Amino acid sequence: MGRYVIRRLLQMIPVFIGSTFLIFFMVYALGDPVAALFGDRAPDPATAAQIRADLHLNDPLWKQYLIYMKNIFTGDFGTAFNGESVTSLMGSAFPVTIRLTIVAILFEIVIGIALGVLTGMKRGKPVDTGVLLLTLVVISVPTFVTGYVLQYLFGVQWGWVSPSVSPEAPFNELILPGLVLALVSLAYVTRLTRTSIAENTRADYLRTAVAKGLPRRRIIVRHLLRNSLIPVVTFIGTDVGFLMGGAIVTERIFNIHGVGYQLYQGILRNNAPTVVGFVTILVLVFLIANLLVDLLYAVLDPRIRYA
Amino acid sequence: MRGATRVKWAVGVTVVALTAAACGSSGDSGGSGSSTGGSGGGIVRASWGDPQNPLEPANTNEVQGGKVLDMVFRGLKIYNPKTAKAENMIAQSITSTDSQNFDIKLKTGWTFSNGEPVNADSFINAWNFDTQLKNAQLNASFFSYIDGYDKVHPDAQGAKASATTLSGLTKVSDTEFKVRLNQKFALFPDTLGYAAFDPLPQAFFTNRQAWLAKPIGNGPYEISSYTKGSKMELKKWDGYKGPDPAQNGGVELRVYTDNNTAYTDLQAGNIDLVDDIPVTQLRNVKSDLGSRYINEPAGIIQTISFPLYSPRWSSANSAKVRQGLSMAINRQQITDQIFQQTRTPATDWTSPVLGDAGGYKAGLCGQECTFNASKAKQLIAEGGGLPGGRITISYNADTGSHKEWIDAVCNSINNALGNNKACVGAPVGTFADFRNRITSKQMNDPFRAGWQMDYPLIQDFLQPQYYTGASSNDSHYSNANFDKLVNQANAAGSASDSVSTFQKAEKQLVTDMPAIPLWYQNGSAGYSTNLSNVALNPFSVPVYNEIKVK
Repeated sequence: MGRYVIRRLLQMIPVFIGSTFLIFFMVYALGDPVAALFGDRAPDPATAAQIRADLHLNDPLWKQYLIYMKNIFTGDFGTAFNGESVTSLMGSAFPVTIRLTIVAILFEIVIGIALGVLTGMKRGKPVDTGVLLLTLVVISVPTFVTGYVLQYLFGVQWGWVSPSVSPEAPFNELILPGLVLALVSLAYVTRLTRTSIAENTRADYLRTAVAKGLPRRRIIVRHLLRNSLIPVVTFIGTDVGFLMGGAIVTERIFNIHGVGYQLYQGILRNNAPTVVGFVTILVLVFLIANLLVDLLYAVLDPRIRYA
Repeated sequence: MRGATRVKWAVGVTVVALTAAACGSSGDSGGSGSSTGGSGGGIVRASWGDPQNPLEPANTNEVQGGKVLDMVFRGLKIYNPKTAKAENMIAQSITSTDSQNFDIKLKTGWTFSNGEPVNADSFINAWNFDTQLKNAQLNASFFSYIDGYDKVHPDAQGAKASATTLSGLTKVSDTEFKVRLNQKFALFPDTLGYAAFDPLPQAFFTNRQAWLAKPIGNGPYEISSYTKGSKMELKKWDGYKGPDPAQNGGVELRVYTDNNTAYTDLQAGNIDLVDDIPVTQLRNVKSDLGSRYINEPAGIIQTISFPLYSPRWSSANSAKVRQGLSMAINRQQITDQIFQQTRTPATDWTSPVLGDAGGYKAGLCGQECTFNASKAKQLIAEGGGLPGGRITISYNADTGSHKEWIDAVCNSINNALGNNKACVGAPVGTFADFRNRITSKQMNDPFRAGWQMDYPLIQDFLQPQYYTGASSNDSHYSNANFDKLVNQANAAGSASDSVSTFQKAEKQLVTDMPAIPLWYQNGSAGYSTNLSNVALNPFSVPVYNEIKVK
């Protein structure tokens, strides 16, 4: 187990270097950021040259990348154009997005799995058909539509919540955005759980459990659910990374100043340190989430062992 | 590893916060600004965008940072919010006998909010700092008229500065200094209301980083807290002695990434002032807000500029094609249909906010800027037709929703020419890339251009954009007659002479049409019932210090 974890962690190093270089290269390909700083006005050549020199933009790409990597290992992720260091941007953005992701994941787990179990047990019944139809609707409506509609209904029409999230972004303000963010994945979790449960209800070990006369609750939770959760856990694990990076739309609608917002600004302003720094952290989150998912398999299914 | 500890921390917090959420969510409907309290304190809660650059006067060249500087700083002059006329603020008088040497006397008693006096040194030190090449200030070129600029800020790439102070600035006493320009410039005093010319306190020079984290100025507000990228709280500075103290207790600026959300927040009573009404809401805004919706001209003109350096547009006959294209655009229809009258069709190259005395002249462009499909077709044919039979109009696709109106302009041209393929829009992914292609002279076909004035002067609309080799002459237009008239106007003895000579120069643009004037952009804003006395200044920025809170 320990050796497995170490091997996986070591594998992350080349992935980390490769992905940062790719992102660095792509942002670099977007073009020279200096012209945009001057707005609709042509930059005066001397000032532009000075800014380029300060940002090492005159060096060849590989040299810029080496300078950037060197700085990263000393804990310096560079500076955004508004003078704020990228590390402090991360310090303010990641906690917010992590809170949003936690809310979203909780919705997925609680509502998604509960609906999945319910429909899986009552296959073919009206409840099942109803929920299936509902998930179909949720999956087919884009996030920005549900986002704006729910924001308008809850925020303006009924006045239950504030339509936007304050800069501190406490958990209670993130419930609606978290739900919007979770909706599509929630629908997938429901469907995955349903299929998995439906399959396992016909498994031999379950018939055995029923024959032994175990209480129904114990059969469902210990035997049926635990065995059916493996595909769902895989999905939720990869979804953590997806939710954190893919929250751009939701964060924009509810004015949440998280990772998606900073990434969006960084891309618009062509600011390589912001984009590369944030994406690098997201890549790490993705890798770690995947590792945790793999380790969880062993917990859920003792037959799976890691050496 | 940072991320990992944070996850652990966040998970721990979840449990606590979820219990808190259970109690908190029910009592939250009244608006969340508990830390600032929208009512009672007389705070204006206003929408904001993240300033692109650090908040230094000479490093701020966009509206969002400009808003803050407007509240926190006062310069030698200020532009009257209603008439756009430059009026003395800190300056007691600015006099000159030859339009080249200016004597600036300051009023006494002005201080920065940290107690430092505002004196001649505050200006001289600031202007020297702003100009120095090593400080890479985006607005350094505004000081280029001052003698000695080329020594402190040599324009050639890689050149080293041979001086650190502008030789054209001489201190006479604490309340007086002299400015010598390197050319005659009659309207120079009127440019001094621009934020780049603001004074800076000693605190800026002793610890610039600390100052940038929380700028200290001499205006009606002081900054009480600033969280970069999310919000800024300003409170009324009680020590302010100027003639325009704040009429409210303070301003809270909140960063919105999406103006739709800001508008929704206004409807929900979560915010008081939104100064950018989203295009999608223009249809509803009148019924939603009634008289609390402001829509008035701002000092912004939109044009379609031509790359006159490209062989496609450099021939002598090509001016006729450009005139023809101008006449093929149905400005009225586009401003009505697409912009819901938040743009006004342009008939010259300046802006109505200048007023007649300032140099705006309705109809100066004449029939060349009036829609006339048959004449347009005829002129383009006389000019040899569109180069290669078709043109594209470039725009940046990332911000500003330009696609709709570019497509409409092309449609209008195609209809006039009876050719469906004559004109198509050419989107460029990002604004940065778009500007890069323009400044590195890579364009072959017209591109959209917008000009927001720095100061309400006709000079600012003409010289930077159309004078040979000027800083923002994206078309690389060059005409000896135009340049001669601009020089004459700058050297004129009086402001009115200067303005009328500038208008003569502007007439040359009708003949050559280096850029097609499209429309003047309006500033728009909406506010809640909590506020009164809300107005926009000529730069389409709300006049925050005059807003009254109920």
